[in-house]
Amino acid sequence: MSATEPPLLEISDLRVAFATEDGTVQAVDGVSFTVSRGEVVAIVGESGSGKSVTAMTLMGLPRGSNATFQGTATFDGTELVGASDEQLRRIRGAGIAMVFQDPMSSLDPVYRIGDQIVEQIRAHERKISKAQALDRAVTLMERVGIPRAAERLRSYPHEFSGGMRQRVMIAMALSCSPKLLIADEPTTALDVTIQAQILEELRKLRDETDAGVILVTHDLGVVADIADRVIVMYAGRVVEQGVLDDIFYDPQHPYTWGLLGSITRIDSDRSQRLPAIPGMPPSLLSPPKGCHFRPRCPHAFEKCVEVPPLEGHVANRPESLDRCWLTEDRKRALRQVDGQVGLRSTEPVIS
Amino acid sequence: MLRFVVRRMLVMVALLIVISMFTFAMFVLLLPNGNPAALLAGRLATPAEIHLISVRYGFDKPIYIQYIDTMKNIFTGQAYSYQSSFNVLDEIRAGMPATLSLAIGAGLIWLLVSILFGTIAAVRAGKYADRVLTVLSMIGVSMPPFFFGAILIYYVAYKANIIPIGGYVPFSQSVGGWFGHLVAPWITLSILFIGFYSRVLRSSILDSINEDYVRTARAKGLSERQVLIRHSLRNSLIPIISLWGLDFAQVIGGGAILTETVYNLHGVGELARDSIGRLDTITLMEIVILTGIAVVVIGAIVDVLVAYLDPRIRLA
Amino acid sequence: MSVISGQSPGQGPGELGEGFDAGFESEGQLPPGVGPWKLAWRRLRRNRVAMFFGFVFLLIVVVCLLAPVYSTDIAHIGPNYGNPTGTFTLNGKTQFVLSQIGIPIGPTWDIHHYFLGADDQGRDVAVRLLYGGRTSLMIGAVATLITMIIGTLLGVFAGYFRGWWDAILRSANDVVWTYPAVLLGITIGTVLNIHGIGPLHGTNALVPAVVIGFVYVPYVFRPVRGQVLTLRERDFVDAARQQGLSHWRIMTSEILPNLSSTIVVFVPLIMANSILLEAGLTYLGAGVQPPNASWGTMISDGINNDIPTAFHNVLIPGLMLVIAVMSINIFGDGLRDALDPRSKIRVAR
Repeated sequence: MSATEPPLLEISDLRVAFATEDGTVQAVDGVSFTVSRGEVVAIVGESGSGKSVTAMTLMGLPRGSNATFQGTATFDGTELVGASDEQLRRIRGAGIAMVFQDPMSSLDPVYRIGDQIVEQIRAHERKISKAQALDRAVTLMERVGIPRAAERLRSYPHEFSGGMRQRVMIAMALSCSPKLLIADEPTTALDVTIQAQILEELRKLRDETDAGVILVTHDLGVVADIADRVIVMYAGRVVEQGVLDDIFYDPQHPYTWGLLGSITRIDSDRSQRLPAIPGMPPSLLSPPKGCHFRPRCPHAFEKCVEVPPLEGHVANRPESLDRCWLTEDRKRALRQVDGQVGLRSTEPVIS
Repeated sequence: MLRFVVRRMLVMVALLIVISMFTFAMFVLLLPNGNPAALLAGRLATPAEIHLISVRYGFDKPIYIQYIDTMKNIFTGQAYSYQSSFNVLDEIRAGMPATLSLAIGAGLIWLLVSILFGTIAAVRAGKYADRVLTVLSMIGVSMPPFFFGAILIYYVAYKANIIPIGGYVPFSQSVGGWFGHLVAPWITLSILFIGFYSRVLRSSILDSINEDYVRTARAKGLSERQVLIRHSLRNSLIPIISLWGLDFAQVIGGGAILTETVYNLHGVGELARDSIGRLDTITLMEIVILTGIAVVVIGAIVDVLVAYLDPRIRLA
Repeated sequence: MSVISGQSPGQGPGELGEGFDAGFESEGQLPPGVGPWKLAWRRLRRNRVAMFFGFVFLLIVVVCLLAPVYSTDIAHIGPNYGNPTGTFTLNGKTQFVLSQIGIPIGPTWDIHHYFLGADDQGRDVAVRLLYGGRTSLMIGAVATLITMIIGTLLGVFAGYFRGWWDAILRSANDVVWTYPAVLLGITIGTVLNIHGIGPLHGTNALVPAVVIGFVYVPYVFRPVRGQVLTLRERDFVDAARQQGLSHWRIMTSEILPNLSSTIVVFVPLIMANSILLEAGLTYLGAGVQPPNASWGTMISDGINNDIPTAFHNVLIPGLMLVIAVMSINIFGDGLRDALDPRSKIRVAR
């Protein structure tokens, strides 16, 4: 990443709220981050942390009069928040493409695979003929590793396996050479062996096209596999962000410790129960005052009723930011649980 | 696709046999002492006379022979009304043009108008247009066709003299007359279905908005109109077409009895009503069986059509 | 007729925008301690249109139940009392019930004398309208009861036991489903009118009720069966089975309660259609038999005798029928929205 070039995507203080029957849900609460060309940024968090809403907002996908947006999201010189429908339409699928979680339901069941890819190409390149578009579809499908692509062009989605469908989705996302690819839990619905193949495709693609990738996931294994930088979200806020290795080996926020502590490790003692973070994520209708993680945090103290800023606390690591009032030394001491990074449980964890 | 069609045809034949047996059983078993001869002979008939009639019509034979004979007569056009001695098939044939004209015209109207109304209501959901259409469709599904027909006959035919009072003019005789006599029946019959279908389509489209593939379509950069027509509507039409197949088939089989009667169209439906009036069981049975055939055959055709629209069904 | 996918009430408020993480829609958002039925009632109460038409229908029921009061104490005329040569005094002037050429008098808007006019036999339309409403509503209610009971029982039975029972019940229902409701209704209705089974014969108003109840069974059977097929695979049914509960216990205490919202949603739908079918069958001569009044007989008499001379005899019972049926339909729609929260999305946008 060169310092002079502006980032591909720059999100600043993004807020998304949904008005519901019972009150306002602040789904995204002041999120800021950047994505550069050729960079894989992973957004990690539990369901309900706002990571999917953030991703969808970039595509202008949350619809309905009950949603309100604030902040800015600048993509390649274009402001996405508050952009007109037509502006967003031009960017969707061309500048920014998206791969969704469930490949089984993300393709329209009544159209042939080839036609669905062609539809996207022709939505952005009006002059291209159908035959040309089909040719490109074959190339794309071969590129993402679909065998006998020319033949399978005429197949319907239900004739494909889940992994193959996700490859189709990726081929489709690539069809207009996007500069940014958003992958929302792209491997969650797939078998472990297929997961690795799909991740390999994503990596190859990043290397070949120099596109930026936002990977939304709750799976830290996937993150470790592919991400350059990691953004940890909790209850609508970014609680920590940094370079992959820093997040994994020197995590700053107690929530991140909890996440890391709950991964099964081959080298860990099998006799121990897998620790989980105690409690439940807060309701976003009435989030806790101050730090959102406070009610679940065993290390919370008086100061935590004030909202901690997202700041750098580690010397010589300006890219590492976190939202926690604990001092660095305290963090280092507290995150050691049974010789590993983890969140100490204050109460017995129900297995 | 071919395998699907063949399998669907086999199911169709099986269903036809079941339906004809059921209908036959209903007519024969529900008659007094299981013997239509007593009914035919009248109240004052002697047992000997009843016996004579039994033999003549074959009522003394075992029930399955009677069933086979009846079916043979129906399908070879040899069935005669016990009451009027008319050939039943000829009578039905005479009613077919009116019924077909009614069914095809109304079927097209109610399908197209429902798609239009349902789509508008879904796109404008919660807005003024949606509310108006909702009210209209609520009135539509609550309106008995003979009442609406009577209103049109009174206000538009008697008072305003715009349409004829009733009856049917064959297409071959006068195209204008044919059309003029059918406009009101078409509208009357359509209203009921439009009310129902447009509601179904509306909620189906609104449900599809939450489907993943519609989200994908939007993420591809299609315009709202393209997303709506190519994806939401295209998928939502599948259940509508299935529904339409059954209803259309029932109307062809004389199911629009109320509309046919209020407008005196002399179609198959009105024939069914008349045969009930004179307790003409053989005519009624033949109409009921023909309706069954129409529903099953057209149902099979529509299923093939739906399989064409929805590739998942073909391989299911 | 719609096939409504059954949903237990209160599966969380689903009225959030698209692209919303599933986590928010969990039960955690529900107010604690509020049962699903209470929640549905709360939603229904908020739907003012549905509540209004529910009230209209209730009003119609009450007024029709008071028919004898109106007949004896206010109008002083019985529902079947024909008075073709009679006269009465209106605003000091003598009026003929039927004119010299036999045209019945239109609505007088005098609550004591032929408020809504007379029919061609000189009977009081207002009195007959109320008595006819009793018949029509009674038939609608009995038919709905029959449909719901038979349809639910057979549906649960077929869906739970599957196999041969299911195959037989399903094909029987398919046969009934194949026929237009009106054609099947007049066929069975006629057979019953002539020959009868036990008390079901002749002019007994139970005949059309039973016929209509029978005709609509598949409309309930199909969705109930479909839902039972999925319910029986659910964990709580497995658990009950492993506890050694009898089939009967599982069906009544595990499966039936989960069907309740589906069943409730169908009640107004079937009721509205039953009342409509009564009128249709009666118009064709296979429903309510004269001289009994029902909305169907009144419309039918009006169409046969009073077009174009005394159209009020068609219009008044017809409008009454449409208003009653429409009230049930709109209330039923609101009820479905209240019981199936996912459908709230439709209103929210």
